[in-house]
Amino acid sequence: MLERVQSERIQTDCTIIDIRDVTRSYGAFKALDNASLSIGKGEFFSLLGPSGCGKTTLLRMIAGFDTPTSGSIAVDGQPMDGIPANRRPTNMVFQSYAIFPHLNVEQNVAYGLKRLKLQSGEEKRRVEEALEQVSLTGLGKRRATELSGGQRQRVALARALVMRPKVLLLDEPLSALDKKLREQMQVELRRLQQAVGITFVLVTHDQYEALAMSDRIAVMFGGRIAQVASPKEIYQRPVNRQVADFLGGMNFVKAEIVEENDASLVVDTLGFGRVRTDKPKAFVRNGGAATLGIRPERLRVLWDNATAKFEVAGKVVERHYFGEITHLIVEIPGLEKPLSVTETNDFGADDIPVGAPIRLAYDPEALVAMAD
Amino acid sequence: MTAIRRYLPSWLSSYAALYILFLYLPVIFLPIFSINTAATPKFPLSGVTLHWYEDLPRTPALIDATWNSLAVGVSAAILSTVFGILAARSITRYRYPGRRTVNGLIMAPLVLPEVIVAISMLLVMLQLGLSLSLFTVVLGHVLVCIPYSMTVLTSGFEGFDRSLEEASADLGESAFGTFRRVTLPMVAPAIISSLLVCFTISLDEFIIAFFLTGTEATLPIYIWGQLRFAAKLPGVLALGTLLLVASFVLMTVAEILRRRAARRTQNQGGLYA
Repeated sequence: MLERVQSERIQTDCTIIDIRDVTRSYGAFKALDNASLSIGKGEFFSLLGPSGCGKTTLLRMIAGFDTPTSGSIAVDGQPMDGIPANRRPTNMVFQSYAIFPHLNVEQNVAYGLKRLKLQSGEEKRRVEEALEQVSLTGLGKRRATELSGGQRQRVALARALVMRPKVLLLDEPLSALDKKLREQMQVELRRLQQAVGITFVLVTHDQYEALAMSDRIAVMFGGRIAQVASPKEIYQRPVNRQVADFLGGMNFVKAEIVEENDASLVVDTLGFGRVRTDKPKAFVRNGGAATLGIRPERLRVLWDNATAKFEVAGKVVERHYFGEITHLIVEIPGLEKPLSVTETNDFGADDIPVGAPIRLAYDPEALVAMAD
Repeated sequence: MTAIRRYLPSWLSSYAALYILFLYLPVIFLPIFSINTAATPKFPLSGVTLHWYEDLPRTPALIDATWNSLAVGVSAAILSTVFGILAARSITRYRYPGRRTVNGLIMAPLVLPEVIVAISMLLVMLQLGLSLSLFTVVLGHVLVCIPYSMTVLTSGFEGFDRSLEEASADLGESAFGTFRRVTLPMVAPAIISSLLVCFTISLDEFIIAFFLTGTEATLPIYIWGQLRFAAKLPGVLALGTLLLVASFVLMTVAEILRRRAARRTQNQGGLYA
C-alpha cells in the first residue's frame, strides 16, 4: 500500500493537490464516497455536479473547514491531516464572498497580510497590485457596503490572491451574479488564472461555466467522482448517461452489441443502423445491450436534394425558436423517442413547418457508446 | 359600507392621537410641574422657576443615592451583558436539543411579577447568608436585565455570516485573532446597546432594589422616601424629569446602535447585494 502511494508520488511530480480515498460520512450518509483525485500545478480545475453531490464538501476539506472521515489530502506534497485552515497554503473565495462589512476595500484585501508583518510600503504595494489584477484600482477607500455584487466578488478574489496561495479555491463564485456579468467574469477569471499561474479549483453546478473555464473537470454525482477529463472529452465522450445528461442535451438510442474488441464496438441500432464506434475507457459490458448517444447539434438538417454519407429520415413534430438557433423535435421511424436537433437559423431552420419530412446528416464519430 | 370606509381613517387617526396623548400626558406633567414655583402640583402654574433643579446638587442624600445607582447600574449592565453575550451566542450559533426551552427560560423573568421575583430573591439571599447591600441589588438587577440584554444581542448576532469567521481563518488568522478582528467589531454596537439598555433598566428599577438593598438607597428608593413629605415633591419632580431625559437619551442611542449592528450582520454577501 505504502509502496503504491510512494511510486505514484514520484510519478505525478507536478501534482499540487493529492486527494486519496477520501470519504466524509455524516452518520450513515456519505457526502463523499472514496474520492481520489490529483490536481496538477497551474491547472484550472473544476468540480462539477448537482447540489448535494459532495463538491463543496471536498473543497471545504481542501481548505481545512471540514475533515475527512477517512483518506488523506496533501497539498504540495504536505499531508494536511490535522492542519487547521489558517495554516494551509490555500485561500478561498466564498460563495457569499464574506467581505468584512466593517472594513473598507483596502483593509479587506490587506486583512491576511497584517499577520505577515510586512513593511508598510511592501504591504501597500501588494494590496495595490492585487486590486489592479481584479480591475478595482482606485476603489480602495470604498466601504464594503457601497459595492455592487460584481465588485464584492472582485474584492474577495483580490483578498485571496494577495496572499499568493499555492491553490485558490472558488466556491460557486459566480452564482450570485446576473447572466451577463457572469459570462464576463468567466472570461476574466480564466485570464487572471493564466496571468498569475496559480492553481484554481472551482466548484460549480453550471456545466457551461465549467466547460468554458477549466483545463480539466471532475463530474460528481452522489458523493462519487464519475469522470475526470478535459472539457472537450467530458462533453464529447461522457462515460455514462448521467454525465452525458448533466452536460447539455443528449439523444439516447438503444443499441445491441454485435462485436467488441479492445478499441472499438460495433452496435446495431434501429434508427442509425450498424455503427462502429471507439470503445470508451470505462466501458463495462452489461449483457448485450448498450446506449448510443448523439448531441442535438451534431445532427444537421439536409436541405433540398443534398445528401450525406450518413443520414436518417423522419418527420418534424415540434419546433422551438431560440433566436440564434431553432430546436427541432424529429420523429424517426423505429426509434422509441424522437430526436432533439439544434440547428442554427442562417439557412431558415426556423421556417421548417411542423409535420414536414426531414433528413438529418450525422458523423458516426459523433455517436458515443455508453454502458447501460 | 363605502361611508364607513370613508370615515374609518379619520376615526382611526383621532383614536391613535388620543391613545398617544393618554400614554404621554402623565409624563408631560412631570417636567411641567417641576418648574412651578408652588410646591403643590396644580394648574394654573403660579410661576416658572429652575429653583428645584438648583437645589438638587445641594442634597447630600441625593448625591449618595446617585452614586449608588451609578455603581449598581454599571455593574449590573456589565454582568448581564457578559452573560447575555454567552447565551445569545449559544442560541444564535449552535443547534442543540432544548435550545428553545433554554431561550424561553432565560426570557421568562421578563413576564414574571417583579414583586414575586423580588421576594424569592430576598429569600434566596438570606438562605445563602448574604447580608443585604448594593451587591445583592446588583444580583437582582442582573436577573431582570438578562432578558433585555439577550433580546438586543440576539438581534445583533443573528444572521452573522459564519463564512466571515471562516474567511478570517482562511486568511491565516488564529481563533482569537478572528474574534478580535472580525467577530468583536461586528457585534460591538449590539454589545454597547445592551450595556446602555441594562444600565437604564437598573437605574429606573424600584421593587427589586427596595427588597434587596440594605441601608443604602438607590435613586428610585430615595425618590420613594421623599414622597412622604409634600414639601419635597417639586424636588422629586425635578429629579424625575432628569431621570426621564437620561433614560430617553440612553434608550435612543441603544436602539440606534442595535439597528446598526443588525444591519451590519444581516446586510452582506453577494446574494443580497
